[in-house]
Amino acid sequence: MSMNRKDIAALLDEPACAHNQKAKAGCSKPKPGATAGGCAFDGAQIALLPIADVAHIVHGSIACAGSSWDSRGTRSSGPTLFKIGMTTDLTEQDVIMGRGEKRLFHAIKQAIDSYRPAAVFVYNTCIPAMIGDDIEAVCKQAQARWGTPVVPVDAAGFYGTKNLGNRIAGEAMVKYVCGTREPDPVPAGIERPDFKVHDIALVGEYNIAGEQWHVLPLFDELGLRVLCTLSGDARFRDVQTMHRSRVNMMVCSKAMINVARKLEATYGTPWFEGSFYGVADVSQALRDFARIIADPDLTARTETVIAREEAAINARLEPWRARLKGKRVLLYTGGVKSWSIVSALQDLGMSVVATGTKKSTEEDKARIRALMGEDAVMIDDGNPRALIKIVHKQRVDCLIAGGRNLYTALKARIPFLDINQEREFGYEGYVGMLELAKQLCLTIESPIWDAVRRPAPWAIGGSAARAAAAAESIIADTGDASAPEVARA
Amino acid sequence: MPDVMKPEILKRNKALSVNPLKTSATLGAALAFLGFRRAIPMLHGSQGCTAFGKVFFVRHFREPIPIQSTAMEQVSAIMGANENVVEGLRVLCEKNQPDLIGVPTTGLAETQGTDIHMAVREFRAKYPQYDAIPIVAVATPDFTGCMESGFALAVRAIIDDLVPDAATAGTKPSRRRRQVNVLAGSALTPGDLEHLKELIEAFGLRPVVLPDLSDSLDGHLPAEEFNPLTIGGALVSELATLGDAAATLVIGASMDAAADLLRDRTGVPEHRFQHLMGLTAVDALMQTLIAISGNPVPERLERQRAQLQDAMLDCHFMLGLTRFAIAADADLLIGFSQFLAGVGAETVAAVAPATAPALEHVCCDRVAIGDLEDLESMAREREAEILIGSSHAVHTAQRLDIPLLRAGFPQYDRVGGYQRIWIGYQGARAALFDLANLLLTLERGEIHPYYSRLSPRPDEPRQHTH
Repeated sequence: MSMNRKDIAALLDEPACAHNQKAKAGCSKPKPGATAGGCAFDGAQIALLPIADVAHIVHGSIACAGSSWDSRGTRSSGPTLFKIGMTTDLTEQDVIMGRGEKRLFHAIKQAIDSYRPAAVFVYNTCIPAMIGDDIEAVCKQAQARWGTPVVPVDAAGFYGTKNLGNRIAGEAMVKYVCGTREPDPVPAGIERPDFKVHDIALVGEYNIAGEQWHVLPLFDELGLRVLCTLSGDARFRDVQTMHRSRVNMMVCSKAMINVARKLEATYGTPWFEGSFYGVADVSQALRDFARIIADPDLTARTETVIAREEAAINARLEPWRARLKGKRVLLYTGGVKSWSIVSALQDLGMSVVATGTKKSTEEDKARIRALMGEDAVMIDDGNPRALIKIVHKQRVDCLIAGGRNLYTALKARIPFLDINQEREFGYEGYVGMLELAKQLCLTIESPIWDAVRRPAPWAIGGSAARAAAAAESIIADTGDASAPEVARA
Repeated sequence: MPDVMKPEILKRNKALSVNPLKTSATLGAALAFLGFRRAIPMLHGSQGCTAFGKVFFVRHFREPIPIQSTAMEQVSAIMGANENVVEGLRVLCEKNQPDLIGVPTTGLAETQGTDIHMAVREFRAKYPQYDAIPIVAVATPDFTGCMESGFALAVRAIIDDLVPDAATAGTKPSRRRRQVNVLAGSALTPGDLEHLKELIEAFGLRPVVLPDLSDSLDGHLPAEEFNPLTIGGALVSELATLGDAAATLVIGASMDAAADLLRDRTGVPEHRFQHLMGLTAVDALMQTLIAISGNPVPERLERQRAQLQDAMLDCHFMLGLTRFAIAADADLLIGFSQFLAGVGAETVAAVAPATAPALEHVCCDRVAIGDLEDLESMAREREAEILIGSSHAVHTAQRLDIPLLRAGFPQYDRVGGYQRIWIGYQGARAALFDLANLLLTLERGEIHPYYSRLSPRPDEPRQHTH
């Protein structure tokens, strides 16, 4: 394989990742017959696919791209090239005859000729990694020949978990893309003596359902120019300038923590971890930018904006809070989301009775305890049976988890809110809270729950059966066919 | 349907597949196993192969999908992964005692050189306490074939492993006079299979459908809150009775090899159908059921036939000479093209993801082996007016600015696609109505007003013209 085991070990041993500081060393090995997660390729593709003007070529047999293309909820404000599924779709002959590299080379040319992409990303997968295709060399050669940047992302599935794939993807951006272009000047007429524009970047923000568009207007107003979002609604040229960011924010995910750390090591960019979910967290994120940048005008503007936005959203949330107050939630999601969403839910007056901590670090867990109290129920092993049991035991009103648990919850007749990649609604920013509240209410308050839990009337031994028997005896006695209606009523 | 001419088959001619149409053979095999009760497929590959597959099926069926992985990683990918197979099987047997475990291989496992049957033998040797749990392994690397072929290979492997030879088992055709085996190809939806069972039952016969997705993935709410295995499907125990059936119906040319094997094993007479779409195909099914059961066609099916004929009259105005583009696995492509030809429509663009001998029965002049990009350019060049394909074809249809009728896998942007009935008189009638209604939304044959410059009407606003 092209990426050797030492490289992989180095990525797993991410010094900034708190998983490494405890007994649990890095990301652990999957178990045959009892796995649930995606692979490294999956993670790499998730991390980079939202870069909208890039041709994303999956080098491999059909399974990798065939069952995953066009399945993301991420949105672009412009180009839609990222939605075009591209794969070398290797055949048996390619594998046997070792024609993978040649096919890839021509595939890159085809993508450039047909779609004129800003760049081509080539994702390695298991089979080419195993037969030893040198995708780095092919990319280099293709870039030299056709003058379009061609970036190898060597994250074959069997290298490890989705998380590892996120990191490999981030690594590829830092290694091949960041620092290859200087940012455009700030458009004329915007900066004034008391309004200086500062450049920032968001790492690990995917613009699911367009939710970052709830937040971007605030940045514009504050004079924070987002040079690059890695990777929601990004363009290749944005990623190229990421090194010029003054502050990087790790949004709601440790997955690409290596990017923030490497940019800090190489360019001295400070970074912080934050979330755009929940009124308090959005305000906190804005304050963190202002704090690190330390421009008094920015700080003042930030406080004004926060005061205005909080007042406005609190007024609009009031009726929703009344409906959601005291409702009990089980949150089953990974890592950072386990605390970032907790505060959003508490903000709505809900009580988070348990949270999943399978992917959480010790630091995440400390935050959870701070938010939920020392008695917080933490769920390490999320097998569906155990989850359902906790739902009953804790009298949970709503389960919040990723799409893969959606239908498991519904079969158990549990109200559900989808919080992952594929969802169709955006919850970020102050305004996003309204959508979150609405989605929670529509499932928790739905009239269907009683109907789907109710057995058929004829299956109940009690009153229904007696009524039916009574109706029958009325028919027998009177021969009056209209009588059963009366009896049922 | 007459095969007037055989289409020319255009081979794949591009290095890059763009907007792939193909779903892997591995997932096709997994789907076949999901048509058995208390079953679970375990893909032999990296955990991503399974995770992608799971999401793929969850989004299509809107159901929890039991599926597991042997979770090959760096070491096992290089050093050999039989250990993973043995361990995965042990975990599944111990935790869930399934009635069937299917083990389709992925391209990764096959490239590594896995002998999956040997791995299963290793498991049997090591854990004899699980001997009663059937395990069916099948080689379905994703670099060969497509969903349809993988599905068929799995059905063949199930027959090979679990249907006993008539001589040894003592089965005898027609001992169960009313039993009819149905080998159902992957083109049939759970809705189709449910309808097919009703049609067969209407003749007083008892269908045994293999695999029976209409019992496992029809989207029903079971009493139990959680099931780690399939919640319905064909009974594995019934596989031993196939040899006693009066007849076997085979739906879809993709099932030919499985059908050959079942016939050779059991001697049960069989009847093969390429598809069950449209009047001619359903008439043939009725004839067969009359012959097997000795019963006449029930009155309500006569009525349904008359309803279809009436719909054909009503719809031929919209559908006649309409130009269709279809992207689908071979069996579905054959079915649609023949059905449409039967109402005077033309298939002008046809794409299949992988080659299959049966493609010569597609009713059109050429079939491309390719992707949705190929379909798009063919449809544009040949001025297709309506498109039939999966949810992946939504953007294709948008770019072509023509309507899309969703069929095949995957259908993730609509609810209930899996339950759509295409077969039988009723399915054909509903399809005709839907297609005709889509066509009625187009301004076909519209003549736009002419405004003469010699006799202008300046006070009148002009109508919007296209």
